[in-house]
Formats: sequence, C-alpha cells, structure tokens
Amino acid sequence: MNDLIVLPVALPLLGAAVCILVGKSRTAQRFVSITTLVVVAAIAVWMVVDVDANGTLVTQAGGWPAPVGITLVADRFAAMMLAVSAIVLLAVLVYAVGQREAEGNHVGFHPVYLVLAAGVASSFLTGDLFNLFVSFEVMLTASYVLITLGGSKAQVRAGMTYVVISLLASTLFLAALAITYMATGTVNMADLSGRIAELPEGLRSALGLLLIVVFGIKAALFPLYFWLPDSYPTAPSPVTAVFAGLLTKVGVYAIIRSQTLLIPAADRAGTVLLVVAALTMLVGVFGAISQNDVKRVLSFHIVSQIGYMIMGLGLFTVAGLAGALLYIIHHIIVKTTLFLTSGLIEHAGGTGRLARIGGIARRLPVLAALFVIPALSLAGIPPFSGFVAKLALVSAGLDTGEYAVVAISLLVSLLTLFSMTKIWAGAFWGESHGDNGKELIVEGRLGTPRVMTLATASLAVLSIAIALASGPLYRFSERAADDLLHPARYVMEVLGR
Amino acid sequence: MSLLLAFCTAALFSFGTYLVLQRRLSRIVIGVGLLGHAANLMLLLSAGERGRPVFIGSDGDFTDPLPQALALTAIVITFGVTVFLLALAYRSWVVSHDDEVEDDVEDRLIASRLAADGATAEADPTGETTGSTGHVGEVPS
Repeated sequence: MNDLIVLPVALPLLGAAVCILVGKSRTAQRFVSITTLVVVAAIAVWMVVDVDANGTLVTQAGGWPAPVGITLVADRFAAMMLAVSAIVLLAVLVYAVGQREAEGNHVGFHPVYLVLAAGVASSFLTGDLFNLFVSFEVMLTASYVLITLGGSKAQVRAGMTYVVISLLASTLFLAALAITYMATGTVNMADLSGRIAELPEGLRSALGLLLIVVFGIKAALFPLYFWLPDSYPTAPSPVTAVFAGLLTKVGVYAIIRSQTLLIPAADRAGTVLLVVAALTMLVGVFGAISQNDVKRVLSFHIVSQIGYMIMGLGLFTVAGLAGALLYIIHHIIVKTTLFLTSGLIEHAGGTGRLARIGGIARRLPVLAALFVIPALSLAGIPPFSGFVAKLALVSAGLDTGEYAVVAISLLVSLLTLFSMTKIWAGAFWGESHGDNGKELIVEGRLGTPRVMTLATASLAVLSIAIALASGPLYRFSERAADDLLHPARYVMEVLGR
Repeated sequence: MSLLLAFCTAALFSFGTYLVLQRRLSRIVIGVGLLGHAANLMLLLSAGERGRPVFIGSDGDFTDPLPQALALTAIVITFGVTVFLLALAYRSWVVSHDDEVEDDVEDRLIASRLAADGATAEADPTGETTGSTGHVGEVPS
C-alpha cells in the first residue's frame, strides 16, 4: 500500500509522455490528461483518508533505506495539500479544454500541464531536501513554458522576470543545500531534523533564514513578492488560475515544512514571521486596491493572502498551524475559482479592465453569482469558507496574545472586501457594455461557455462544501498541525528510530 | 586549495549578482550562468577533504560521491533552464527587436496617474481638487 504514494508523481509523468506520443490528436491528449488527473485525484483523496486513519505513509525510492535513498512521505499535511491540488488541477484542466485558447493553440499544453502536476505532487510528497529542489525545478520549468506558451510580447516580458527570479531563488536554494550538506552530511529531511539542532547557533540561524528567503521568493512573501503581480496576469486564464492556486502555496508548504521539521523549536523565528506576515498582508491588499484590472487585483490578493498563512505559522501553536492549514485549503480553491471567473469575465467583456466593461450582473447573472461566492469568501464573510478559516486564525492569534497581527488581519479583511466591491462595481454594475462599446457576449442558457462555467461552478460549490464541513476539516487540520509541531513522529516514521 | 575555491565561489557570486542586476538580457543570462556555477562549486566543496580517490582505493578510503551526484543534477537543471532563457531572449528579440527587460506597463500607468494627481494637488495649494480622490476606479484609456 505504501508504494501507492509514488503514483501521484509517476502517473502524470507517464501521462505527459503519452500525450506527446498522441500529439496529433487533441481528443486523445484530452482523454489521457483528464483520465490521469482523475486517477491522481482519487488516489490523493484515498491517501487523505488512509493517512488520517492509519498514520503516515512512507516509501523509499529504489528500496534504498533512508537517509541514503530518496524518501517519499505522505503525512496528514502533505496528503491534504496533494488532494486539494489534484482536484484543482483537474477542474482547471476541464476549464482549459472548454476555453480552447491556450489548450487548443498549442500541442505542448497537455504534456507540460501534466509535468506541472507531477512537480507539484512531488514537492508535497518528498522527504528529501535535494529532491525538493528537483521537484521545484520540474514544477517551475513546466510553469516557465506555460506562462510563455503564447509567445506574445507581454508574455515574453513577464515570463522573463518570472524565469530570472525563479532561477535566482533556485541558485540560493542550491547554496543552502550545499551549506546543509557541508555542515550535517545529509539532505534527508527526517535525518536533518535532529542534526541541525547540534550545529553552532550562527550556522543554524543562517540556514533557517536562507531557507525562509528561498521559499519566501517562491511564496511571494514581503519583501520578495514583486515578481508575482507583474508576471501572473499576462498568462491565459487557466494557467494563471493554476499558478495562483498552487505554485505560491507550494512555497508556503515548504516554509511550513522546513520551519517545523528542520529548525529546532528553540530557534523558530516566530516574531520575524509574524512581522513579515503582517507586512505581506498590508502591502498586498494596498497593491490590490490601486489596480484597475481584474486579474491584477486578484494577483495582488494572492500576496495579501499568503500573509494569513504565514501568520498562522508564526504563532507556532497547534491552533495557529491548524488555522493556516485550513486557510491554505480554502485559499487554493477560492483563488482558483476567482481567476477562472476572471477568465469568464474577459470572455464576456473582451477585456479585464474595470473601466471598459460593466453591467455583467444584469446580462449574465450566473457569472455574477460565480464571482460573488468566492469574492465574499475571500473577504471572510460568513457563511463562506474564508470566514471559517479566518475565524480559526484570529482565535489562535488571540489565544497567543498577538493582538497587533490579529488587528492587522481584520483590517486587511475589510480592505479585501473593499477591493472586491471595486471589481463588482466596475464590472458587474452599471450599463452593460463590453470593450470598445461592443455588446457583452452572451452564449447559451448560462451566458458563458458551458464547460468553463461548470468547471468554475464545481470549485465554487467545493468552497461552500468546505464551509459546511468546516468542523471535521478543522479537527483534521488540528491533527495535522499537532503532527507538524512534534517532528519526532515524522522522524520516527521515516527512519524507524 | 580550499581557500582558493572559496574565493572563487565568492567572486562568481558577486559577478553573477552584478550581471543579474543589469537591464540587458544577454548580461542577465550570463549572470545567471555565473550564479549557477558558484552554487555548483559550493556543492562540490561540501564533499569535504580533497585529494581522495574517486573509487575505493587500496586503503578503502574514497571521496564522498553524493555532492558530485547533486552537482551533476544541478548542472543539468541549470543548463536546461539557461537554454530556455536564451530561447526566450531570442523570442524577445523577434517580437520587440530589443533585449532590454522592460518595465511593467500597467505599473507605469498607475505610477504616472499618481504623479499626475500629485501635480494637480501641488498646482492647487488649497488642496480642494477633486482630482486627487475618486480616481480609483477610472483609467485613462
């Protein structure tokens, strides 16, 4: 049973190879990639259930025992992240098939998308720091191709910034790996967990901070977020949606994993993380307010939301980490939905610029509903999933006595609501018109292309389901957070000692 | 020897950083390459003592193979991505006939609007211009 955890990584890679072989037929490509992701999602969901009931799954690649071989580990945190990402990847793929823009124009879309899926899965499952680097590279290289697939001027310009900044982060990661290996003689995360504590203090904090910087670039933490709102909006909507939902969250996952597992409890930079979290929230939301394009507003919101997750981590309590985990689950789904909706808005209006479109609510009520649900959820209005996640974070913050960061997070929620109303007022209210004075494009009964709308709607429904199932989900998150704060269990599972 | 390599790494890191901060894409690509070399050199340095045989010698003492394997993986990855970056640079040349990394147009637009707002506010010392507020939703199209 343990060997099954290889499948979420291996299957998409295999699928990518098949997709290249059947490149002549778009239908065959679609069949292969959708089937692959359905299977991966099913395995991932089964893993969540199994891990929660029977404990962590561990497998050693090639049968080499840890710490020599490459270890794949699925604990509660990793399994949950994997399940949510697999579902989101599947929904976005269906949307892309419905949209045809990026998917239909390029034979490389399906293979590259599956490689991205493999990279994301491998980042979550790996138990080896160097393998994490390789997984990041697999995921990022796929994302470089996806973001520049159109080859337009704006995409090349934005892609350039994105590639260079990611390469820079990778180089720093390599340097951190070299230091780690030099000092400890291992790159297995479970093995490192004990050994880092034995290092001299200066080296320990240098390593800890270097890792925060490396993963902070990927997660777009303040002050390392500049590349994100610049590059994301230029890609086609499905690509932006999956980037927004998943890529930065892989960075957050790596921060949480490294801070809880690798860094000894005495060295945890809780205050630094809380300050960074507060600044990330504030800067992101102010950036969002000043923008005038749907996708750019949403891109700045990614930055702002990352702050909440880091806030949960910075508290270093079970409640805080549980809140962060719940927030990540909610955020991946809601953010992806919003970007998919922004694609639908662009489809209907011809542009995402708020000044040039209007009145969508009157002509396309379904689209308006699809925007309102995730938008209110993002702002944290009850009864949506954002409310539950924010409530968990705020109460954890109050328990710890970190009143300043709690106050800032509540203020940022208000500002989030404000910028969402800005999109609403700009695009949905007023006289209905599209770009250049044209009519809004209304198709069929739903108003927007059916497949795209259904894919978006399924994610919106999922976000409501999260709110409804928040009790069990929160208890699951608490168990996962408890595991994270007791790294000895992880080490025990992997090394058997 | 180790000291020499340490200086070498430091030099590569600093030259690479300088080049990456330039605006010309060709320089950035070279800078990224240098940074990659620096990181790989660091990985190699992490093998510990130098001068040992690669294979098991008569006394059974040999050099740590893992850093070399890691460096090899890293070299392949850096190489692949650098090639992609070059392809991107070529594409940039094709579409814009320039290899300078440009500013974000939208950012400039917002900045210029703020500057324009500032100018009207300065021109009107009473500060009662309506132009400096209520601009949030509007865009000069």
